[in-house]
Amino acid sequence: MSPLPSSALAVDASVPTAARPPGVRPPAWWRARSGGSAGGTSLGLGLVTLYLSFLVLIPLGAVIWKSQSNGWSEGWHQVTSPQAWAALKLTLTISVGVALFNLVMGTVIAWVLVRDDFPGKSVVELLIDLPFALPTIVAGVVLLSLYGPRSPAHINIAYTRTAITVALLFVTLPFVVRTVQPVLIELDRDMEAAAASLGASPFLIARRIILPNLVPAMLTGTGLAFARAIGEFGSISLLSGNLPFRTEVSAVNIYNQIQSDNPVGAAAQSTVLLFIAFVVLFALDRLKRWGGRRG
Amino acid sequence: MSIVVRNVTKTFAQFEALHDVSVEIPTGSLTALLGPSGSGKSTLLRVIAGLDTADSGSVYIEDRDATLLPPQRRQVGFVFQHYAPFKHMTVYDNIAFGLTVRKAGKIETKTRVNELLELVHLEKFQMRYPAQLSGGQRQRMALARALAVEPRVLLLDEPFGALDAQVRKELRAWLRRLHDDMHVTTVIVTHDQEEAMEVADEIVVLQDGRVQQVGHPSDVYEHPANDWVMSFLGPVTHFGDLLVRPHDLDLAHEPTDGAMRATVVRVTRLGFETRVDVDANGVPIYAQLAREATARLNLEPGTVVYVRHARGEPVPVAAAVGASWRPETESDEPPFD
Amino acid sequence: MADASGVVAVQSNRRSASRYGLRFVALGYLLVLLAAPVAMVFYRAFQHGTGPIWRSLTSSEARSAIEVTLIVAISAVVLNTIFGVGAALLLVRRRFPGRHLLDVLVDIPQAVSPIVVGLALILVYGKFGFFGSWIERNGLKIIFSLPGMVLATAFVSLPLVVRSVAPVLAEIGDEQEQAARTLGANRWQTFRRITFPSIRDALAYGVVLSLARSLGEYGAVTVVSGHVVGKTMTLTLFIDERLQNFDQTAAYSAAVLLAIIAMGSLLISRRLRTRSRSNS
Repeated sequence: MSPLPSSALAVDASVPTAARPPGVRPPAWWRARSGGSAGGTSLGLGLVTLYLSFLVLIPLGAVIWKSQSNGWSEGWHQVTSPQAWAALKLTLTISVGVALFNLVMGTVIAWVLVRDDFPGKSVVELLIDLPFALPTIVAGVVLLSLYGPRSPAHINIAYTRTAITVALLFVTLPFVVRTVQPVLIELDRDMEAAAASLGASPFLIARRIILPNLVPAMLTGTGLAFARAIGEFGSISLLSGNLPFRTEVSAVNIYNQIQSDNPVGAAAQSTVLLFIAFVVLFALDRLKRWGGRRG
Repeated sequence: MSIVVRNVTKTFAQFEALHDVSVEIPTGSLTALLGPSGSGKSTLLRVIAGLDTADSGSVYIEDRDATLLPPQRRQVGFVFQHYAPFKHMTVYDNIAFGLTVRKAGKIETKTRVNELLELVHLEKFQMRYPAQLSGGQRQRMALARALAVEPRVLLLDEPFGALDAQVRKELRAWLRRLHDDMHVTTVIVTHDQEEAMEVADEIVVLQDGRVQQVGHPSDVYEHPANDWVMSFLGPVTHFGDLLVRPHDLDLAHEPTDGAMRATVVRVTRLGFETRVDVDANGVPIYAQLAREATARLNLEPGTVVYVRHARGEPVPVAAAVGASWRPETESDEPPFD
Repeated sequence: MADASGVVAVQSNRRSASRYGLRFVALGYLLVLLAAPVAMVFYRAFQHGTGPIWRSLTSSEARSAIEVTLIVAISAVVLNTIFGVGAALLLVRRRFPGRHLLDVLVDIPQAVSPIVVGLALILVYGKFGFFGSWIERNGLKIIFSLPGMVLATAFVSLPLVVRSVAPVLAEIGDEQEQAARTLGANRWQTFRRITFPSIRDALAYGVVLSLARSLGEYGAVTVVSGHVVGKTMTLTLFIDERLQNFDQTAAYSAAVLLAIIAMGSLLISRRLRTRSRSNS
């Protein structure tokens, strides 16, 4: 269950299109007959665009618009107010750390799932996707039960920054695993055999042959994990206690701004989060294309 | 002897890929391991390379016991059917890889790599990535890469199998010339008997995980060890209890010594040769005759002819098989039902 | 290829050590972060038997929460399924200017924090939002009412159906559809009898993902809901509310219920995905 964005256009090349000589446009009657009718496409496109606009684009636009409704400087002022700024710094630092940690752990887990075999592996496979499927507040309850005030192991991380870290590790766990795993499965084992015959030790093979081929997937997974982490709310709010300046993340602060009727502040911070997320994902898209060129 | 394999057995799950196989590869020769799929030829190659371990038996490479050595330490060059290029490296880096692993100096590496690029005619492509090369170019790169570390033995696993027929023929001839220049002990795995006969000094014929015959190409063709080898290496047809080559049959209008009476069923012109299918008391036989011979005989379906085995060495059809096997079928499958 | 022995034929001690080492690290991490806490939650919930759970979940608040959750989730899924299939067909089978843009836009919801989703919807459909006055004038209520929650839920699960169906559509190609059209089928017939059956499993997979996501949405819904018990309270909000009232039993019960639904949906979706793959 990993709804990770894979471009529908990624398999562009394999989609057969009606053969036609370049530069020649078939007459309208032919187009209508073959079902590629411009009318149907336009209607469908119109409806899809309408839905997308009213559900996603206009609302997000409203957020950006609201953040500068009293002027950009006011928006910026809201973002840099002490509490909001502290929340932002906290969010970004912990998110980066968590994303990087799960980059390593995710790769290790993917490796073990693909190259190793042990009883119960299929259970583990299923378990990995759980953070994707679990409601965030349930994730919070889950972590609270073992690592909260009534922990049987007497590990209580509630109201600490550790709680934020643990919650984010939990919810971002599957990202790198699920992007790296398919690449690892598809990897040409002969490449490793060739490297071995040329004298490379298993360690060298892992470092110079396997890892470089995993890097694009690792980056994608990490970027997605980071984007998810900076916006996380449910699990964190339950565990961290949301103490201002100590354990309050941006999402919580934004929520508070909404509740205390400060939409401009909420919108401004939201715009910052959106901007960061989009920049990261845009960079990933670029990276994938650059990597794709090398085959 | 460059490579000595003794009594090697290898089983995968329930499948016995190699059964007590012993082979000796002479130094400096180009030997072909020939057989249909499932015969064990690739497994044998991989065991020699160390990419698979034998369950029992031993492998000696240049008088050193290599049985338990990992592939890193055997100094064998290996070329794969699908090239196994390092996709994320340029052609130059691919070829240089073995040298980089050995921490060779930059200048030394550059000299050697350029040498090899010239050898395989890929100088202009050195900065490209494998994805930007054609199949034939990739295989040449793979060869150069394997040769870069001056292996004692060069092993090729169906190296031309994934290429077009034309490219295959060219690379085949090129490999032979390369071997003649470099004299590295080479072992090539193939299922194509034409390839084996064209390229190899010696052929090891494998079937069902066992060595069927070892010898020079002409040897194996003219004097096959058993009927399976005979049919695998070339066309065969029944002649009584014997298996013969259709080329070796003569047809005449009058009976002669040892000739068999038969009725012509079909005459097919194949360009410079003609295939004549006849029926000898219910047993289908076919002969392949030169064009003039056919013209002289003026054969029509229904004509009575006398079939004689004129030359070459027939092989008795294995008693266990009997008439249940139809040698005219195109497949390489073993004759046993 | 029957070879499963990997690259290095010889099992050196070093290699087994690293293999066990990696396995230990991976499984240890998963145990501490995932398995143990999940087990704990189940233990806590079932600690005193199923009685308390049953009672909590059959209370009137719980039942209405379940009802609201179902209404909201199913509505969102229906909307997104129609959108999803349409968008997938457009993206894969048609060419139009802005196609790549559409492709990117569909993924946007994944990058948006749920709180921001809620805010965004309030700013447009709330009383003082863009369309606020128009909505008020027509006597509608979107924010702090079910429609708003449906919108929020639809937003967050938007890409799921598209991303399940599109790859399959691309993979099977349109040759069968072309064949149908040459035999005289019109567009709807082609879709119903050729396209749809071929994407059925993938579609089911997407719907299951979408449903699971919609049932479990919290952040976005918490912003746009009025938290009115019995009216605009979903199961996730119910958990929150119960926790705030120190009713651990009810909270844990609902949490476990949602966890079971999540696991169930994982199992089902996995089976559907394998089936869809093997059919194409």
